[in-house]
Amino acid sequence: MNDQSAMVELEQVSFGYGSRKILHNISLRIPRGKVVAIMGGSGCGKTTILRLIGGQVKPTSGRVLVDNQSVEELNAQKLFLLRRKMGMLFQMGALFTDQTVFENVAFQMREHTDLPEDLIRNLVLMKLHAVGLRGAHHLMPSELSGGMARRVALARCIALDPELILYDEPFAGLDPISLGVIGQLIRRFNDALGATSIVVTHDIKESLKIVDYVYMIADGTVIAEGTPADIQMSDHPFLAQFVNGKADGPVPFHYPAPDYASHLLGAER
Amino acid sequence: MNRTLVDLWVGFFVALGMAAVVFLALKVANQSSFRAAPSYEVHAYFTNIGGLKMRSPVKSAGVVVGRVTDIQLDTSNYQAKVSMALDNRYEFSVDSSASIITSGLLGEQYVGLDVGAEEDMLKAGDTIEFTSSALLLEKLIGEFGLNKATSTSAEETNHE
Amino acid sequence: MKTILQGVEFIGRQVTDRLILLGAICRFLISILLMSAMCLRRPWLVVREVYFIGVLSLLIIVVSGLFVGLVLGLQMYDTLERFGSGDGVGMVVALALVRELGPVLSALLFSSRAGSAVTAEIGLMKATEQLNALEMMAIQPLARVIAPRFWAGVISLPLLNVIFCALGVFGGYLVAVQLLGVDAGTFWSQMQNAVDFRQDVVNGIIKSVIFAVAVSLIAVYEGYSAVATAEGVSRATTRTVVVSALVVLALDFVLTAFMFRGF
Repeated sequence: MNDQSAMVELEQVSFGYGSRKILHNISLRIPRGKVVAIMGGSGCGKTTILRLIGGQVKPTSGRVLVDNQSVEELNAQKLFLLRRKMGMLFQMGALFTDQTVFENVAFQMREHTDLPEDLIRNLVLMKLHAVGLRGAHHLMPSELSGGMARRVALARCIALDPELILYDEPFAGLDPISLGVIGQLIRRFNDALGATSIVVTHDIKESLKIVDYVYMIADGTVIAEGTPADIQMSDHPFLAQFVNGKADGPVPFHYPAPDYASHLLGAER
Repeated sequence: MNRTLVDLWVGFFVALGMAAVVFLALKVANQSSFRAAPSYEVHAYFTNIGGLKMRSPVKSAGVVVGRVTDIQLDTSNYQAKVSMALDNRYEFSVDSSASIITSGLLGEQYVGLDVGAEEDMLKAGDTIEFTSSALLLEKLIGEFGLNKATSTSAEETNHE
Repeated sequence: MKTILQGVEFIGRQVTDRLILLGAICRFLISILLMSAMCLRRPWLVVREVYFIGVLSLLIIVVSGLFVGLVLGLQMYDTLERFGSGDGVGMVVALALVRELGPVLSALLFSSRAGSAVTAEIGLMKATEQLNALEMMAIQPLARVIAPRFWAGVISLPLLNVIFCALGVFGGYLVAVQLLGVDAGTFWSQMQNAVDFRQDVVNGIIKSVIFAVAVSLIAVYEGYSAVATAEGVSRATTRTVVVSALVVLALDFVLTAFMFRGF
């Protein structure tokens, strides 16, 4: 079966809180089976896009389509079924602190399926093995390092073999080894499960190594898109500043402030 | 965290709570409100019930034989109609008398029943004929004052 | 003139804010009730919370109950003995505990120990995105996290209340009979004459159930609506204790007026 429709599609979506607008008429298309990165500066609306896809918030205008279903129109029952097909990795892992690593990964299996305990045990150990933490199954989240917690969270999010996996800043705050590990796991899981992955991040180096396509967001809209190669070779000023980490450019270094000399000399407080 | 251990503790907690309720019910509170002993209702009219309240005891020879269940003003004779539930175990003759007595000088008031001599006994719905009302302190003082005044003026007249 | 207007505006806004809060809490209560089906299907969730909320509060309740009883016994005896009514100490201690001190004090202690813990726990779960994670896993946080804690509170507090009262009476007994020489038989019989099961004990338990609903609701609401930062959680925890105390005392006044008017 070769379904050519997009797994996720945002059509002219706008979203804001009251007068504060975050997304303006943004349109994106995430093809099936691909790993797509959504990048941009802090506060540009990347996490909001994930929340729109997950149905946690509704767009003020436009449509969000996941697997050809309009998310904001779904009733509770259908939204429930849709979320069963999704897995999400939260920024700080969001592991359940009162349960062991094993129980965290087993959680969704126990809640949503009637699988017998011994089958669940094997599945959990397999998922943990895939992230390299099978030996840590009995530990509590407070006993794990940042990188390990992130990997457990990853094992948890693929527990039910989801079709769509959402990653919210998976590379944030990790050491270089863990960065490499997470990146590889994201790619491998996507391909092994035949799933579609959306990675929201601002880590250029790691993400460009593993993704198939990139969307660059700024000012609530898509300002650039393309394959990793296109992005690196682009001469769009924002991209140039972002990719090369230049201090000043389209995103200014200085927060708006009065004239330097007069501020120092006390003419204005 | 072991399920069995948690269940054990919670079970202990609930058992402790229930034991506390039983303790409060038996050792601390009086049992009269639960003893739903079978009873029959009789009525009595009083010109003044004083401080008699609902659920005040009905005693005979000092033993509680029932409770006051209702107090109403009967507008046909403007007397207080007091209804009482008497324990089925105790029967009183139809010429028994009921009076409102204060326990101690300033204590709670209750209905005292003195049994009469007839052979026929009171049945459910009967009315006690012989009643005497509560002694009101103000009236007693008033009478005392009046008596004193009368005897003083009598003495004065005698001395003249 | 301007300051008077500002004053009126301030008061008006405070009142409307409180009303909006009251409305929000009522809506929250209804949502919890609607989501409580999972608690019936998976009683382990509630039992586990009864352990954390109820069993772990036993120590403070037992110790406080005993001490309150001891102190009441001492104080009441002193005053009663002046009128030659020292024998009535049991009656006074029991009535005070069962009607008022038991329900109110146990509710206050409960809200400071268990209520604040629940608020902090839920607030932290919100701050670390655990509640979001549950939602994305198609599990309702209200059903799985909030409702079990609410029901555990409603079950635990009345039990803690009767335990508090029983221990208080026992404390009174220790002081009066063992320490001050009141005759044991007189102590218990005077008490039994004065305390009515339905009027006093049952009414006290009803008060305790109402307090339990209020305190548990406030605790879970504050946790759920806490701002997702460390400071926000700490503020929510403080609010739980303070608001619970005020609500319990206000409700106590209203309930006492209804239940214990001259009968």
